[in-house]
Amino acid sequence: MQKIINDPADVVTDYLHGLAAAHPDILRFDAEQRIVVRTHPAKPGKVGIVAGGGSGCEPLHNGFVGRGMLDAACPGEIFTSPNPDQIVAATKAADSGAGVLHIIKNFSGEVMNFGMAAELLAFEDLTIETVLINDDVAVKDVPGTAGRRGLGATILVEKIVGAAAERGDRLDALTSLGRRVNARARSFGVGLSSCTPPLRGRPIFELPDGTIELGIGISGEPGRERVPMLTAREIAAVMVEEVISDLQPAGGANILVLINGMGATPLSELYVLYGEVEALLRERSFRPARRLIGNYLTSLDQAGAALTVLELDEEMTKLWDAPVSTPSIRWGE
Amino acid sequence: MAEATINESPTVSARKVADWVLECARVIDENLEHLNELDSTCGDADHGSNLRRGFAGVRTLLGSEPGDKPATVLKKVGTTLVSQVGGSSGALYGTFFLRMALASGQDKELDRAALGEALQAAARGITERGQVQVGDKTLYDSLAPAVEAYSNAQSEGRSLTDSLQSAAKAAEEGRDSTVNMTARKGRASYLGGRTVGHADAGATSMALILRAAAETLGP
Repeated sequence: MQKIINDPADVVTDYLHGLAAAHPDILRFDAEQRIVVRTHPAKPGKVGIVAGGGSGCEPLHNGFVGRGMLDAACPGEIFTSPNPDQIVAATKAADSGAGVLHIIKNFSGEVMNFGMAAELLAFEDLTIETVLINDDVAVKDVPGTAGRRGLGATILVEKIVGAAAERGDRLDALTSLGRRVNARARSFGVGLSSCTPPLRGRPIFELPDGTIELGIGISGEPGRERVPMLTAREIAAVMVEEVISDLQPAGGANILVLINGMGATPLSELYVLYGEVEALLRERSFRPARRLIGNYLTSLDQAGAALTVLELDEEMTKLWDAPVSTPSIRWGE
Repeated sequence: MAEATINESPTVSARKVADWVLECARVIDENLEHLNELDSTCGDADHGSNLRRGFAGVRTLLGSEPGDKPATVLKKVGTTLVSQVGGSSGALYGTFFLRMALASGQDKELDRAALGEALQAAARGITERGQVQVGDKTLYDSLAPAVEAYSNAQSEGRSLTDSLQSAAKAAEEGRDSTVNMTARKGRASYLGGRTVGHADAGATSMALILRAAAETLGP
């Protein structure tokens, strides 16, 4: 293992100190409570937006704290969800009297810890609502199972709902907007390698040369199946088929395309993939109207990429375009 | 069977609960790599490391004075695991010990029946928190048969020690039963049939924790 770290046990803390040092105008790290909050809190009356999850998926979620997206984030250990105390602290920090929305990725640990936090917060004078993200089509959504994971749709919901909160939408409206975005988004990921958690010091699993994992998540675990290596065109075809056959957007629909890198795949390859994906989507009569290409939801140093497609409507498009100022997504104004 | 269950009426004190938890910390350390490896087949290979972090916190906390009643110790353990383990394991093992604490109430000593009730409360807590059933390939596959075995042993009039031994044995059989299961909960569920052939990491740690109970709470 060769990583730019000090003590492997301190990676998350060291990262958060560095993030805060790099963006002092946007966010700060509360090391005591282990949460990341805006440097300049939102005006009273704005609904607070909070998300959290295991670390190792950077920039999610800490890199999306700032005006137009999250008010607070709570990072757990590597690939381990935050604990209820952190979630409670982030929620209180984000509350300015109009309630707080929790954006939760559908992972058992995250759901359970946010659930315990909500039980603790029931004693406070504070309203919470929840949007559960579950856009991963690689997982069959069979009753009695954990269900689909939350992947790329998380970023889209954080951006769109964050913008709506900034313009003054109320908690119930934000909740239904978040659920609507999640319902119209689907993702599918492909892994070209495993990844190496610092404390483990070696890859989570061995992936022989010439093979790839289809249907991966964001914690370096293996995917749904292992297949021989494919070309970019073939990978694009698998992703588009998986996502579109499940989402079934209306013919001619405007869509948002997110090509998300897993951490170790060069940007050039992500654009190779985007080119193939866009061509396939146009062949099927869909219109890519908004795009985001880069490493937004990663799995440490895993190689690979995921496709997320969101079927846009006018309101979502407008909110996507609204100004945002976070370390990792910043545009407008 | 005839070996004097009536005269022997051992109970579980705060000190014994603390001994149990310290033994848990020791066996988790001892099985660290094994638990991580089991988790690597279908998870992110950190089950042992996460539990070790939590129990290390518990060890520090209990070092000096465990507390005056079992509930005090159990509550400390539960809250420490929730906050220091994180993830599903923190929530589930935290709930396990917190529910045992709640069920133990103000009792200074837990007798055989009270310990049985505490274990049942813990198992109910796990099903509520994790929405799990037997067969999902989780720690509940060790816990559920253990609680049942304890309760059967108890109604047969067997001693606290014997009942705990039955529970530990049932937990180990439950752990082994997870080898052929397909995971339906947690991160492993995303791999579907690829999880068959390996024992569940959580079921394995739960069997260790219940074996530790038999070694420390009974004698």
